[in-house]
Amino acid sequence: MNPFSYTRATDPQQATQATATNASAKFLAGGTNLIDLMKMGVERPTQLVDVNRLSLAQIEELPNGCGVRIGALARNSDVAQHPLIVQRYPVLSQALLAGASPQLRNLATTGGNLLQRTRCYYFYDPAFPQCNKRNPGSGCGALNGFNRIHAILGQSEQCIATNPSDMNVALAALDAVVQVQSAKGTRSIPIADFHRLPGDTPNVDTNLQADELITAVDLPAIPFATRSHYLKVRDRASYAFALVSVAVALDVQNGRINAARVALGGVAHKAWRAQKAEAALVGKTAGEKAFRAAAETELAAAKGYKHNSFKIELAKRAMVRALSTVAQMT
Amino acid sequence: MNSSDDEVPGDETPPLRSSDAFHEILIFGSPETRRRFLKQVAGTSVAITVGSPLSLFAQRMSETAGGSAPSSAATLPLRLKINGKDVAVEVDTRTTLLDLLREQLHLTGSKKGCDHGQCGACTVLVNGRRINSCLSLAIVHDGEEVTTIEGLANGEQLHPVQAAFVEHDGFQCGYCTPGQICSAVACIKEGHVKSDDEIREWMSGNLCRCGAYPNIVDAIKEAAAKSA
Ligand SMILES: Cc1cc2nc3c(=O)[nH]c(=O)nc-3n(C[C@H](O)[C@H](O)[C@H](O)COP(=O)(O)OP(=O)(O)OC[C@H]3O[C@@H](n4cnc5c(N)ncnc54)[C@H](O)[C@@H]3O)c2cc1C
Ligand code: FES
Ligand code: FES
Repeated sequence: MNPFSYTRATDPQQATQATATNASAKFLAGGTNLIDLMKMGVERPTQLVDVNRLSLAQIEELPNGCGVRIGALARNSDVAQHPLIVQRYPVLSQALLAGASPQLRNLATTGGNLLQRTRCYYFYDPAFPQCNKRNPGSGCGALNGFNRIHAILGQSEQCIATNPSDMNVALAALDAVVQVQSAKGTRSIPIADFHRLPGDTPNVDTNLQADELITAVDLPAIPFATRSHYLKVRDRASYAFALVSVAVALDVQNGRINAARVALGGVAHKAWRAQKAEAALVGKTAGEKAFRAAAETELAAAKGYKHNSFKIELAKRAMVRALSTVAQMT
Repeated sequence: MNSSDDEVPGDETPPLRSSDAFHEILIFGSPETRRRFLKQVAGTSVAITVGSPLSLFAQRMSETAGGSAPSSAATLPLRLKINGKDVAVEVDTRTTLLDLLREQLHLTGSKKGCDHGQCGACTVLVNGRRINSCLSLAIVHDGEEVTTIEGLANGEQLHPVQAAFVEHDGFQCGYCTPGQICSAVACIKEGHVKSDDEIREWMSGNLCRCGAYPNIVDAIKEAAAKSA
């Protein structure tokens, strides 16, 4: 690990002052991704700004029934078991509990989870010379390499990495809004605009600026999100990243779909909001026929590589199963 | 400890009983017992092939024990309560909680398996919650309370979870065991012990290369029932 100086932030202003004056400073939350990447030599910040003591760990209702605010420092384990989340947004609770392990979730924070980086082997290990995300212009080692865990939607020739977060998939389905603060002020970023597709700049994961601190994630009020579900398909029963995952919420009245929220994980550079599938579902009778048709529509543009083409059919079947599960909820 | 400290003995070393290993390595994991353990591992008739889990962890143990810290580093004062005792140390900012425990404080009960959050061997309790000490910088925990495997027993009296692991043979080589036990203590406290499946899911952050899982689940069930 490279040497760095350490600053313990006591308030958000002080934290963002540090990142405004040092371009190679980084915030440190749970450390479960950043410290790992520093050990690998992928991240080499000269200063760590420890945000763990900031009072940003609350989970509370927004005024006027506008939803729920999750503080950026709320731990994944605490969010997953909070009554407001368990009752109103079960898909988020399930997604968090499907991620990592109990002891990692006790460290991992909402802000850190949003910004966790890809688990692409070529990115994670600097022994591989090619990675446009780690070393722009060097090429993509995965494109013609071992690409079993890689993207099938929205990728570019420059990068076929996936976003590994389970939480992000639920947040995408729930239209979450990320609240950020910097020395210049505050702003809100809808989750759909937070993460980026790789395009020609896969080195830039998100539209967050390096000096900006995430302070909270807001979940809008979605009454039918009480009928929601997260399905994760992986190589072992627990403690493994998703090959494919699906977050679903459905509003079904008398067997007819009024509204649908569907997002996919493990398939793209960001959590993939399945808007084509959603449009195909609305107005249809809830059932396997409509679900399969919606899945076909969404995956029509999918492109597989040597080792990951199985994800295309897997994603369709996972969508059908997740939708069926929610449709059967009473 | 350098690997050169551990002359590999001949067959005269008495075989290690699992209960000895349990007490000495896991509970009183001092450098001396670790040396003895390595000798005994090396002295057993079991062939240890290069790249086997045993040889790997023996190698890791000696490598990490000698872990060096480049001198250019910034150091900061840190105060912690570890197993009920106040501790004041200077740490390099890069020191993980695991390395602080093992290398600076010689509490070698907590183990380094992967050093990347993937195995749970380093699990300790901080302010009563289980975490992976290998991915957490020591300096972050200033003022907090840490409980390691060394802090669970009450004098000579094993913690109920430790006793249950002995009773049910919840280990073979014992390397994952300190992490398993710390994790299990938290798992029981969290209430995630209502069925075998629930125990398996909530203990999934602790890998056991020896595959002692069925006995680990039995041990946790018994300890949970006794504490209920
Ligand atoms: C073995 C292992 C298995 C895992 N399995 C899964 C899994 O199955 N599913 C899953 O979703 N995840 C998994 N994870 C990833 C884990 O969820 C993330 O590492 C964690 O959520 C990151 O949160 P953190 O608080 O530890 O972030 P940190 O490591 O502290 O930070 C990560 C990044 O976020 C930045 N950051 C942190 N907080 C803020 C803030 N408030 N504002 C601005 N920037 C900030 C940091 O500067 C850093 O760049 C796994 C991790 C490991 C090690
Ligand atoms: S050593 Fe910490 S999880 Fe493996
Ligand atoms: S007892 Fe050997 S790794 Fe678990």
